Amino acid sequence: MKRTITVDLGAGLVLPTPVIVAAGCAGTGRELSGLVELKRIGGLVSRSVTLEPRKGSPPPRIAETPSGTVWSTGLQNPGVAAFVDDELPRLAKGGAPVLVSIAAGSLEEHVRLVGALQTRPEVAAIEINLSGPDDELHREILGEHVDRTGEVVGAVARMSLVPVFAKIPIVASHLVELARAAVRAGARGLTIGGPPQALGVRTADLRPALGGVTGWLSGPALKPLTLRAVLEVARGVPDAPILAVGGVRTGEDAVEMLLAGASAVQVGTAVLVDPAAPVEIARGIAAFLRAKGASSPAEITGRLRVPASTDEAAP
Amino acid sequence: MRRVRAEVLSTRRIGAYHQLTVVAPDIAERARPGQFVAVKMPEGRDFLLRRHLAIHDASPRGGWAGTLEFVIDPSGPGSRWLSAVRAHAFLDLIGPLGKGFAHPRRLSNCLLVAEGHAAATLYYLAQDLVAAGKRVDMVIGAATMERVLKPIEAKRLSQTVAIVTADGTLGDRGEVLDALPNAADAVNAQVVYAAGPAPTLERVAAFCRERSLPGQIVIEEPMGCGFGLCHACVVPIARRDGSGYDNLRTCVDGPVFDPARVLWDRWLGERPTMLPTPPEGLPVVRPWPA
Repeated sequence: MKRTITVDLGAGLVLPTPVIVAAGCAGTGRELSGLVELKRIGGLVSRSVTLEPRKGSPPPRIAETPSGTVWSTGLQNPGVAAFVDDELPRLAKGGAPVLVSIAAGSLEEHVRLVGALQTRPEVAAIEINLSGPDDELHREILGEHVDRTGEVVGAVARMSLVPVFAKIPIVASHLVELARAAVRAGARGLTIGGPPQALGVRTADLRPALGGVTGWLSGPALKPLTLRAVLEVARGVPDAPILAVGGVRTGEDAVEMLLAGASAVQVGTAVLVDPAAPVEIARGIAAFLRAKGASSPAEITGRLRVPASTDEAAP
Repeated sequence: MRRVRAEVLSTRRIGAYHQLTVVAPDIAERARPGQFVAVKMPEGRDFLLRRHLAIHDASPRGGWAGTLEFVIDPSGPGSRWLSAVRAHAFLDLIGPLGKGFAHPRRLSNCLLVAEGHAAATLYYLAQDLVAAGKRVDMVIGAATMERVLKPIEAKRLSQTVAIVTADGTLGDRGEVLDALPNAADAVNAQVVYAAGPAPTLERVAAFCRERSLPGQIVIEEPMGCGFGLCHACVVPIARRDGSGYDNLRTCVDGPVFDPARVLWDRWLGERPTMLPTPPEGLPVVRPWPA
């Protein structure tokens, strides 16, 4: 039996390993190269790119919490034009597939972003960050509405020449409906998912810990939330590959995500602490595959043994 | 930049602080004053992110290996863990990180201004400046005598040292800013280097502006990674051409910055320090959203 660690996400997208660096944790393409062998990473998600340059949130932008961080960069990025000229080629240079994260508040901006990325051979896939506000419909989080998620994902997917992944907020109340709408609209797969919003407090001066007041939770604290979301979506939308993100720090964590239904995982906070974590985690997955006699990560995806009826166990 | 597993050679208490000496030749031979390292914390729920320590000294060529020194102020859970680390323990270090201090090319008289344990990075700079033939003078401030870092070392490194403590237990009673104008006049300061809490740096920046003195300051802003991945540790820095500002990462674009280019109001405007609670009661907090 030939054993492999590669992951085929369909539509021509093959990842060398099932461990990807999550959005916002890959720097500008220059920083990781000395600290980890990029060829041994499954992929890099760029920081979220917007149409115009963004200066981002006021500092401070990060605070440590038990088993996690609260953070908000406010999507600081140079805008898509400068990103394509400068950052994208650098991100791609290491050899890992580059998934470009895009963020926008209107349909037109989404379309124009895809237009700017369309001709670039470095783009292996597009991930739509749906956790931002909807400027057109004046809603706080665009991706928490089924109609709008379908509309935006559809517009992006119709234009994109590469596979599109929709990043659905893990705490959204209609998680499965949102995921289904995204896939029906043309998303190749789903990133599960966008982090929950969070607040840090500094008691010393009675202030929020972050300059932008509220932020997002990241780190090991998220793992059970992500696992549950991945399981729900994998059961509700069985044909779409899932990239699980939130709380993966070790090979064991990644295996749990795969068992729950993910095809690959993304790693964020763990990379900030240990830039070589994606390689270590992939090694952990390989060891598990070996121990279970499985020949590829796909073989353990969704293999969690969930009882057919859980009525009696329900509270 | 290297990632190394470094053995702790020795630890010792210096007043309120702890000094840590580690064997890390790969980092020591590349280190420059002003740079720092990122230390991995133990696995567990209390800590997650690396801690970022300014390099206090680097000996690239020791008897058998290059060493690095750090000064730790045990103020939070992470720094308390670090100050309890014993000799022969191993630490996972990434460094040297950041851009270090620049030397003045023609000017000679350097005034180094430090508050609290931030002085650690300036002692390393002082050695470097002296070796380059510059004149070094210091103003050191702290809350108490125990928090004045190595006053004898300061004397050894510089021509004159002015020490001020908030409680008057060592040197004059007051703050560094009280001693700064006199010290600058007395030694005919031509360049100012400063390290300390942000409000002190802001006042040093105002002083430099008033006197038209060039300066360099070390900024400490909460960091996620320390090597440029996460864009968490930014400060607003004016562009050279005056066309606006950028939020620059202190870990890769700093931590040393030109005080004249820091947009202080934008950076600290939302962050007044209110310690301790004033006698008239709790401060009024700005309603949100404002």
